[in-house]
Amino acid sequence: MVETSTPHVAKPGAEDEARINIVGLTKRYLTPKGEVFTAIRDVTLTVEPGQFCAIVGPTGCGKSTTLAQVSGLEQPSSGSVSVGNQIVDGITRGVSYMFQADALFPWKSVLGNVMIGPLLLGTPKAEATGLAKDWLRRVGLAGFEDRFPHQLSGGMRKRVAMAAALINNPRILLMDEPFGALDVQTKAIMQTELLQLWEELRPSVLFITHDLDEAVALSDRVVIMTSSPGSVKDIFDIDLPRPRGDVQHIRHEQRFLELQGQIWESLKDEVTRAYERSAAVAA
Amino acid sequence: MTATAVRRAVAQAPATDLQLAAHRARIRRMVWIRLGQFFVALFVIGGWQWFTAAGWVDKFFFGQPTGIWNSLVHLFTVGTAFGSIWENLWVTVQEALLGFLLGTSAGVVVGILLGSNRYLASVFGPYIKIVNSVPRIVLGSIFIVAFGLGVFPKVLLAAVLVFFVVFFNAFQGVREVDQNLVANVRVLGASPLQVARHVTIPSAMTWIIASLHTAFGFAIIGALVAEVLGATHGIGLIISQAQGSFDPDTVFACMVITSVFTLLAEYLITLLERSILRWRPPNRSESQAI
Repeated sequence: MVETSTPHVAKPGAEDEARINIVGLTKRYLTPKGEVFTAIRDVTLTVEPGQFCAIVGPTGCGKSTTLAQVSGLEQPSSGSVSVGNQIVDGITRGVSYMFQADALFPWKSVLGNVMIGPLLLGTPKAEATGLAKDWLRRVGLAGFEDRFPHQLSGGMRKRVAMAAALINNPRILLMDEPFGALDVQTKAIMQTELLQLWEELRPSVLFITHDLDEAVALSDRVVIMTSSPGSVKDIFDIDLPRPRGDVQHIRHEQRFLELQGQIWESLKDEVTRAYERSAAVAA
Repeated sequence: MTATAVRRAVAQAPATDLQLAAHRARIRRMVWIRLGQFFVALFVIGGWQWFTAAGWVDKFFFGQPTGIWNSLVHLFTVGTAFGSIWENLWVTVQEALLGFLLGTSAGVVVGILLGSNRYLASVFGPYIKIVNSVPRIVLGSIFIVAFGLGVFPKVLLAAVLVFFVVFFNAFQGVREVDQNLVANVRVLGASPLQVARHVTIPSAMTWIIASLHTAFGFAIIGALVAEVLGATHGIGLIISQAQGSFDPDTVFACMVITSVFTLLAEYLITLLERSILRWRPPNRSESQAI
């Protein structure tokens, strides 16, 4: 019973390093027609070090935009993102990204895909190979080193992506609907495995999903975003005990169902609104 | 124990039968394809021979298969007015290969450069379109006048023809790069050079390699046309001489020789393609088998 529900503390001394602080974040894009499109407006959000935070919201509410600002791939129009105590103004170091589409290199072997992270950090090749082999073993893919991604199943590709994302021991893990394209069974298995690996490394996680069950089962905190332009509507703390073990079992617990019900009440309006808007456009 | 053995034998028997039947069906299919191919050749070449022999088509203008064969034998045994056929073939091959290498490397470099830099692409884009719309084969005349009858103007014309084919493919290949992959390595801390090395170039390689098949054909065309325009050696020169002496059989014989060489080069390019693109799912390259 070492683990308690709140608050989660990562490696000692690294606490502040892994805190994500989003203050008044607004991102506008210029559409090709020259109009201004506001993707997110005034998002304020803190992810504590080692915390697993899920963002849920209707389609097109700027969830992915939020992640892009945290990673430093894009720059905010106003407001700020800081990781540790540093304002993000370029690629943030120590961040890994996992996408819905598996961002694996189709021309690299499984081993090559996993070891790209350490190689880009300047790790010698022999060392990177050893590290990658170790990680492939941890995600249950020992013996698949020489395969190419197209030879693997969807679940196996996700495992490779997970190993590739975690091999650099990131302080922050950004996940953009990573399991969205998987079938229900594979999804549950991957969620359980993700939780296990996360318990070992304890990076701060920003996890985007459409799936409310997934959000509640995995996270310490669930953030509901409004439909476009996205902003934070509600924040729920999930006090289910850790370690959570098998995700399949959590879904039947009384507390899970209560929390899920509360959060759905908040999310429902936004989803309905987003749906009505898209229906109006279609009509 | 015997019971299970029997049951197993019974279970296996239909399986081996099925395999045998499948094997036989495959062989039968192969035989039919080869037969069909043989009859197409017989129909075309035999028909040609028949029509010219019967006098319905004038062999003085259109040649005749047996005449082409005789001309081939003559070329390889007696040689030409400009040295042996091997010597002339080597000159043409050399020009085509050098032009192919030059055009390909220039096309890949410029294609990747413009593909990954929007500013350069916007500035040079219209000019490239203009130059591409020029009938570049005419440049051959200028090259011959400027650089003489040697190998260099032929290499240059072949390279110009090859360049555009490879350039457009490399450019498109870079543009089609999966942006998720680029974002992924950038987050992992890749410099622009590393992004090019790990993502852009391998990704564009599919497009570039696909263009090499067409590009090699253009290299041969460039070398031959430039030789026809003016040369001291080469297959193109033999062709233009044969044209001057109303000898269509030799023209066709030269066509056969260059075709054989092009097929050989095509085969080597396919080998290269297989080894570089071995990461691709197999069904995609099979669709290009023709």
